[in-house]
Amino acid sequence: MTRVLAIIFLFAMATLGPALAVLPDEILKDPALETRARLISQDLRCLVCQNQSIDDSNAPLAKDLRIIVRERLSAGDSDAQVFDYVVSRYGNYVLLQPPLQQDTYVLWAAPFLLMVLALSIAFNYLRKRSRLSEGVEED
Amino acid sequence: MIAEIGHFALLLALMTSIVQSSLPLYGAHRQDRSLMAVGSYCGVISFLLVAIAFVALAASFVNNDFSIKLVANGSQIAKPLIYKITGVWANHEGSMLLWVLILVVFAALIAAFGKNLPAPLKARVLAIQGMIATAFLAFLVFTSNPFERLMDAPADGSGMNPILQDPGLAIHPPCLYLGYVGFSVAFSFALAALIEGKVDAAWARYVRPWVLIAWCFLTLGITLGSFWAYYILGWGGWWFWDPVENVSFMPWLAGTALLHSALVVERRHALVSWTILLSILTFSLSLIGTFVVRSGVLTSVHSFATDPTRGTFILMILMVATGGGLLLYAFRIPAVRQGAPFAAVSRESSLVLNNALLVVAAATVFIGTFYPLLIDLIGRDKISIGPPYYNKTFVPLFVPLLIIMVVGPFLKWKRDDLGPALKKLNAPLAVSVIAIAALSVWTLGSHILAVLGIGLSVWIIVGSFWALAKRVKLWQVPIAQSFSILRSTPRAYFGLFLAHMGLGFVVGAIATVTTWQQENILAMKVGDRTVISTYGVKLVNVENIAGPNYNAERGTFELSSGGLAFKVLTAERRFYPLQQMQTNQTGIRTNLISNVYIAMGDADNEGGWTVRIYYHPLAPWLWIGGFTMALGGFVSLSDRRFRVGVGKANKLLPSNAIEVGE
Repeated sequence: MTRVLAIIFLFAMATLGPALAVLPDEILKDPALETRARLISQDLRCLVCQNQSIDDSNAPLAKDLRIIVRERLSAGDSDAQVFDYVVSRYGNYVLLQPPLQQDTYVLWAAPFLLMVLALSIAFNYLRKRSRLSEGVEED
Repeated sequence: MIAEIGHFALLLALMTSIVQSSLPLYGAHRQDRSLMAVGSYCGVISFLLVAIAFVALAASFVNNDFSIKLVANGSQIAKPLIYKITGVWANHEGSMLLWVLILVVFAALIAAFGKNLPAPLKARVLAIQGMIATAFLAFLVFTSNPFERLMDAPADGSGMNPILQDPGLAIHPPCLYLGYVGFSVAFSFALAALIEGKVDAAWARYVRPWVLIAWCFLTLGITLGSFWAYYILGWGGWWFWDPVENVSFMPWLAGTALLHSALVVERRHALVSWTILLSILTFSLSLIGTFVVRSGVLTSVHSFATDPTRGTFILMILMVATGGGLLLYAFRIPAVRQGAPFAAVSRESSLVLNNALLVVAAATVFIGTFYPLLIDLIGRDKISIGPPYYNKTFVPLFVPLLIIMVVGPFLKWKRDDLGPALKKLNAPLAVSVIAIAALSVWTLGSHILAVLGIGLSVWIIVGSFWALAKRVKLWQVPIAQSFSILRSTPRAYFGLFLAHMGLGFVVGAIATVTTWQQENILAMKVGDRTVISTYGVKLVNVENIAGPNYNAERGTFELSSGGLAFKVLTAERRFYPLQQMQTNQTGIRTNLISNVYIAMGDADNEGGWTVRIYYHPLAPWLWIGGFTMALGGFVSLSDRRFRVGVGKANKLLPSNAIEVGE
């Protein structure tokens, strides 16, 4: 883990500079396809960067991934197929939107469960408070 | 020599802080006034000592004393003076010294200006501040000595990360730290109240200005950081849900909740125990922010320190502060009297909802930030959590808060009827619905979410104005009378108005810029023309410029509208030979409604340059909104309630202020 972080850190130091992403020569002729490529790129992580999507990064690896995405799209892949292809090569780490799987159920459910919990606590508290307030005359 | 003085001052400050964290506490227990007063003296002395250390370090940077490791590693002779000074906190040791400096400044302010505080409360607050100072001074002295000398001093330093050589970065960290550290005061007040077992309206009135100060600076710091990222990183992004941003956002969310709940304690003496708990949690989140950035545990754009011993030390401080605080809370909170009752529909109840929603929002950011670490520790997989996650969780959870934040100010304290209160909101509601309908027609229903976002922004902005209009009885009484009510309206009310409206600006800007931004990425030769939005862009020339410690390639662009050139923009790509790094100086033209943003890229092999041109509609309002919110905080801070003697405050307020309230 530490080593992985160290490697990422080193790469990141090398790429911390002006992050000029998509280059003119990468852009696909077909605007519809290019739009899809851009949207997909925004959800893929540049693996050697610190929290940048491949759309935002100028690292060579990000460029390679952008080209792969465009090649797959040009070959007629659907968006889902492109994601599957990239994940099969680089693992879930490449997805900026974590997949819904056994170890991420909690991740996806927690915010909404917490919302339900917090609101029920708040409403319960308000109910108790207001019952108190009915018993008390104006001060 | 100067460095040794600084180092010695730090050691003395550590000693002073140890005294500050013990004697006054004992004095408060024994009701011994002279022992209690020790706290104030120590607070002021600590401040002077840490200030000496800080000045010593700054002087070393300015004097190019490369025999000091920190200066050798983070400075160079050719660096402009301003960045020699800001270089003091552009590294781990120096930024921790700044952290401690701000901490002791707050303690000294409490010591010097907290004259109206009851002596035991003041002594206890200062003692707890002293404990925090002791922990962080020990951290500095034992793991991060900024004054460490080198055996062989180099002739020139190895330079500072050029991306940090920017005015935005000069003030962004101090602002963030003023925010983080400011919440330590709320924490100390909370713990002191738990020790005393007494929380009253006066307590809330003492705490609230400090919470407000912290919140204002944190708002300012986050806004500046976002603006800095926008113009320096070169692709027009302004918020990345990066862990380092998230850890400053969490205390902001919790601090916003605290700001509102402390209001309820002050006005109505309710939500007392919750406010105490929130004070502890907000400061914990601030410590987590410091821990994450300083330990580099979640690697991301700004972390420039990776050393496990330091991380462990801060983690210990974090655990002792949070654990100790919560333990004290668990034991002592039963002794704190329950607050006054209020009805299910009232200003208080709207603030309870506000708190519930803000805390859930903070928790969501927390989960998103730390879950990858958890998955990594389990060890079967590695995941990333980026903007798509927050768009699907944080955003929908935050929307209800944005809706009810308009309703709250229309409700009366203690008891109100929802029907009449909502009826007062007919006008803002109508305006927002009309805005949504008009925009839907205009965009042919193609961007429903963005249109709803703008509708929400209209709801907040118009709602804020409407609350003010209702308050001054605009159109109900003669205009002169409205004006006189306006003049007697407490400043805190204008604070509310500005802060809420500022958030409305931010919401509208986010919805607009994310949906309608345009980009044009192309290779341009000198003389080439292109278009972005309705503007023409021409590359006039590209020249090489020599800066003090960099070389730059500067592109000059001409913006035209309807064939008429009206603005010349320059965008630079700087190369820092010492660090072998490049940075971007983007060219931004704003008319306060939209930005045209140009970044220079690499030269291609055919005599052209890669140029990225963006059109960002309403982008300026992201930061105008942020600054308006902070301004609201400062205006609220200038309210006379905080300036006049506590206790007399109520009598001095205009009578209508109490009724319709803040």
